[in-house]
Amino acid sequence: MSLAFLALALVCVVTASAAMISRNLIHSALLLVLTWIGLAGLYLWAGADFVGFSQAIVYVGGVSMVVLFAVLLTRRQRDEPLVLIPEAGVGRVVAGLAATFWVAALLVPAMVVAPLVQRAGPGPTLTVKRIGELLAGPHLVAVLVVGVILTVSLIGALYLAAPVTAEDQPEWDNGGTGRDRGNQEEPS
Amino acid sequence: MTTTSVPSSESWLEVAPLQARDALLGLLPESLHWIASSVLAIAVLVGAFGLMFAYLTLAERKLLGRIQNRPGPNRTGWAGLLQPFADAVKALTKEDIVPRDADKVLHALAPVSLVALSLIGLAVIPFGRHLVAIELDAAVLYFFAAGAATELSIFMAGWASRNKYSLLAAMRALAQLISYEVPLLLSVVPVVLVAGTLSTTAIVAAQGGWAAGFWPHWHVLTPWGFSAFCLFMIAALAESNRSPFDLPEAESELIAGHLTEYSGFKYALFFMAEYFGMAALSAMAVTLFLGGWQAPLGWLEVLPSYVWFAAKLLALLAGFIWIRATFPRLRIDQLTRLAWKFLVPMALLNLANAAFWSLTAGWSGPLQAVRWAVSLAAVVVPFLLLSRSLFSGLGPRVYRYAPS
Repeated sequence: MSLAFLALALVCVVTASAAMISRNLIHSALLLVLTWIGLAGLYLWAGADFVGFSQAIVYVGGVSMVVLFAVLLTRRQRDEPLVLIPEAGVGRVVAGLAATFWVAALLVPAMVVAPLVQRAGPGPTLTVKRIGELLAGPHLVAVLVVGVILTVSLIGALYLAAPVTAEDQPEWDNGGTGRDRGNQEEPS
Repeated sequence: MTTTSVPSSESWLEVAPLQARDALLGLLPESLHWIASSVLAIAVLVGAFGLMFAYLTLAERKLLGRIQNRPGPNRTGWAGLLQPFADAVKALTKEDIVPRDADKVLHALAPVSLVALSLIGLAVIPFGRHLVAIELDAAVLYFFAAGAATELSIFMAGWASRNKYSLLAAMRALAQLISYEVPLLLSVVPVVLVAGTLSTTAIVAAQGGWAAGFWPHWHVLTPWGFSAFCLFMIAALAESNRSPFDLPEAESELIAGHLTEYSGFKYALFFMAEYFGMAALSAMAVTLFLGGWQAPLGWLEVLPSYVWFAAKLLALLAGFIWIRATFPRLRIDQLTRLAWKFLVPMALLNLANAAFWSLTAGWSGPLQAVRWAVSLAAVVVPFLLLSRSLFSGLGPRVYRYAPS
């Protein structure tokens, strides 16, 4: 196993563990970004340039922003402590164990079956055109399904986040026109 | 630098940088060549762009001054030529203040990571016929992957300062990045589509030659290319936090935003990173749209390729400064509306336009005129329709004064 692989794996594991342990959510998010950079490095090590750089653009450039935005918008105080609910009910434990089981059932067989590459070989030299042909040809169904899933999740997020009734609407939002502010009646 | 064999037919100036590199490498033992070559490339890039940064600050102050009808810095050295070095000494000798409640590690890490991330994109830019630090098959992707993380550093700076203005700046920087990353990348896709490659050297090579002997095959000189170039430059302005998109550091409302709690050399590092990022994006624009190091006319090739690249790069940077002196700052809602309702639809339509251009590459004679007309219409019509419908009723503003 090459030194580069070990170093990259160490970066991924250490930053991911630190992200889990850290009590500061922003630190966790930034450490998670480091993990993603390490994963992109692993792809590069394996010779998959396109996937590696795409991983960096999508996760380091895009997903990280969404994560940070979510953290900043949901926490009222920057030092608000993480509230751990002391009485862990039976349902909670069962749900946690079930989730762990399913993730392990997916990942462990895959890890056992897949052969561990001992060194970075000459990776498959795929041109962008070939990747495009593969995505639009044999893997078209997968691309479409992923697109539908993303659209559905986007619509779901909008439905959850959008104010439904007048009471849900924040006081400062007077319909988005931005006019007549201050002429309205005092909100009761 | 890549070790390509140098054709003997080229002029002395064209190959002079390569010969200088080989002469320097000759002083070292053979076993060290691979690392010495890389270190040399890094040293040349950092040195050249560092010096360019120094004089770009002076050029910016001078140009802004002249545009605002004042002389600008003119006391230090000959006509102000030593001003950048005086600024450097001042920045280095200033006290480095870190707020007591700041997140010390992130506060120190932010400017360093910002400068590093702004610099590494330069590695894949072909500065001349033989001058590219590393040749990658996925160079365009690499460039944008490197640039994608810069706003993360701005967020780190804003959050770690523990200052409400800085945090507001961090939020604005995030919103701006999410909005403008999309049109920036979408405006690059047509070039990749038509050139059929992600390699920067191949993209520049595809723009060589002239149609009818005088019309360069640069992408900017096609209808879809011109549209993509404009979209790219607008998005690049926003990505590098330059005016009129400098909302994260708006000095009049956020007291310089994420820069509020920085002083001394860390403050200077932020400026350095801004200019490096601006130069890297401009260099990418030159590579993708303006023909890279290609000369505009055949007989002008007597000047070496890197001179042409530098001329185009400096012209774009001067454009950045001119825009800063001309336009007022946008509001945050105007900023996001411009991105999502105007730039993204235009970029998507432009993608279809480039696909049409790529499919009709074989047309000739009168069909060539049809090709140009259709492509031009596919840019102009959506532009007019979109701008009419989006910005109708928004201006001009009517001012009513109290009767005297």
